[in-house]
Amino acid sequence: MTDTLDLELGSVQAEEMVLNMGPQHPSTHGVLRLKVRTDGEIVTHITPYIGYLHRCFEKHCENVTYEQVIPYTDRCDYIASMNNNFGYAVAVEQLMDIKVPEKVEHIRVIVAELNRIASHLLAVGTFGLDVGAFTPFLYCFRDRERILDLFEMLCGARLLYSYIWIGGLSHDLPVGWVEKTYEFLDYFEPQVEEYNNLLTFNKIFIERTADVGVLPREVAISYGVTGPNLRGSGVKWDLRKDDPYSIYDRFEFDIPIGTGVMGTVGDCWDRYYIRIREIEESAKIVRQALEQLPRDGDVHEALPKKIRPPKGHIYSRTETPRGDLGYYIISDGKPIPYRLKMRSPAFTALSCINEISHGWMISDVFAILGSLDIVLGEIDR
Amino acid sequence: MASAVEMHFKQLVEYINEQFRKEFVQTGEEAPADHISVATADWKAFAEFLKNDEQLFFDAMMCITGVDYGEESDLGVIYNLHSMKHNHKLEVRINLPREKPVVPSVEQIWRIADWFERETYDMYGIEFQGHRDLRRILLPEDWEGFPLRKDYEFPTTYHGIEVPKMKEGWE
Repeated sequence: MTDTLDLELGSVQAEEMVLNMGPQHPSTHGVLRLKVRTDGEIVTHITPYIGYLHRCFEKHCENVTYEQVIPYTDRCDYIASMNNNFGYAVAVEQLMDIKVPEKVEHIRVIVAELNRIASHLLAVGTFGLDVGAFTPFLYCFRDRERILDLFEMLCGARLLYSYIWIGGLSHDLPVGWVEKTYEFLDYFEPQVEEYNNLLTFNKIFIERTADVGVLPREVAISYGVTGPNLRGSGVKWDLRKDDPYSIYDRFEFDIPIGTGVMGTVGDCWDRYYIRIREIEESAKIVRQALEQLPRDGDVHEALPKKIRPPKGHIYSRTETPRGDLGYYIISDGKPIPYRLKMRSPAFTALSCINEISHGWMISDVFAILGSLDIVLGEIDR
Repeated sequence: MASAVEMHFKQLVEYINEQFRKEFVQTGEEAPADHISVATADWKAFAEFLKNDEQLFFDAMMCITGVDYGEESDLGVIYNLHSMKHNHKLEVRINLPREKPVVPSVEQIWRIADWFERETYDMYGIEFQGHRDLRRILLPEDWEGFPLRKDYEFPTTYHGIEVPKMKEGWE
């Protein structure tokens, strides 16, 4: 282990300094270590060290059946478990050519979008925390709590749901859930205004984030950055619109992109504001899906008795709160995957950290890291 | 961002055979219908062509997957490419001999390949020639062996600490 902690002090120039950040650090959103080379207060190079949470996800998958993989996908991106379940279920269903009942499709979209709201609330709240605003964090968690209550009512779990199964769902909607969700939306939609007043248009917050850590469009694409981070750089790209899966093509919603209102296109503020805007859009989708939701139908109807996909391979991707989540699955006709690769959006987002942070102050690194909204569970898998 | 020039797999193959090199991609009844296989020696030039050609413009790399095709056969690398501009997709496969798996790195063409290639190296021991910083990424630097290979043997000790053996296989 001595190699890993070697700070290469021998090669340090007299005026340069190496600062070790992490692995246990409140601003790294998990167990991440950054080796930051600085020239005074200015960052000259960042080397991220990841893998502290590596749990051999892909190796596990080669040893368990397709349905047993689902709880593992929960634990990859534990902030947005529903979306991870969803992506995996969609991939295996494509491989097996399963058609899912209408009711299931609607419920999936509803829970996925609710989870997107919850995830963005956490991202927004902790981003405020990173740059020194404590209060918005409490407001965000207050509202996130209500979504977790809805999920608890749905499947008993508050964080790791394993709710979306291959070909169906684990539980049908409980009595009164739809009404509760409407109630939540009625309460929640006006709240966005409150976050805007508290944080988004707060002068201090804008000073800390506008023009900081600009991620230009070409760099973002080259680094495979996706999701809100890519849209913050002004690229109108959302899989829900551009490569629709499930029933997303039936709903009307906008794809917000960064416009550089407060500074430059692709700065921290843009990335942050995309999330606020997406919260509103997701609420719109939930409302539409609730209105179209068929009341009849069995959510277990299309569950396959045996999950043995035919020989073949598939690369399937879905839009999670963090970006394109891809699963590459190779099947050899057995009930266990031959190879399962997960392409995690946070992994690609973190890889550009050096590119966008050099030249900024040490305190700006926290803002940049917070604005990328990474989840280490997903990066390390 | 989708535009009218989106090409499907057959059109892509035709275009590549026309523009890059004649009969570069195998066509006919037996040819795979959703991916193309490339020889190691051609990969670098082909990757540059895919990235820079106006009609193809594969500017985004979605994924790099390492594969072990079984203890007796080859290792492989699978590249999934995507064009943000034209919205077409392509899967490129390269097979590598198990004894000496070496493939040219495309890290300077698509920057994300940097970490993806490091991960593939970490898990399969595939060497990406020309990669500027090829070291382990998820596992500790002193880890021995490449865990996702099918013939990987689980270590019984780690730094002198005994690791209890788990139940064998799937049942």
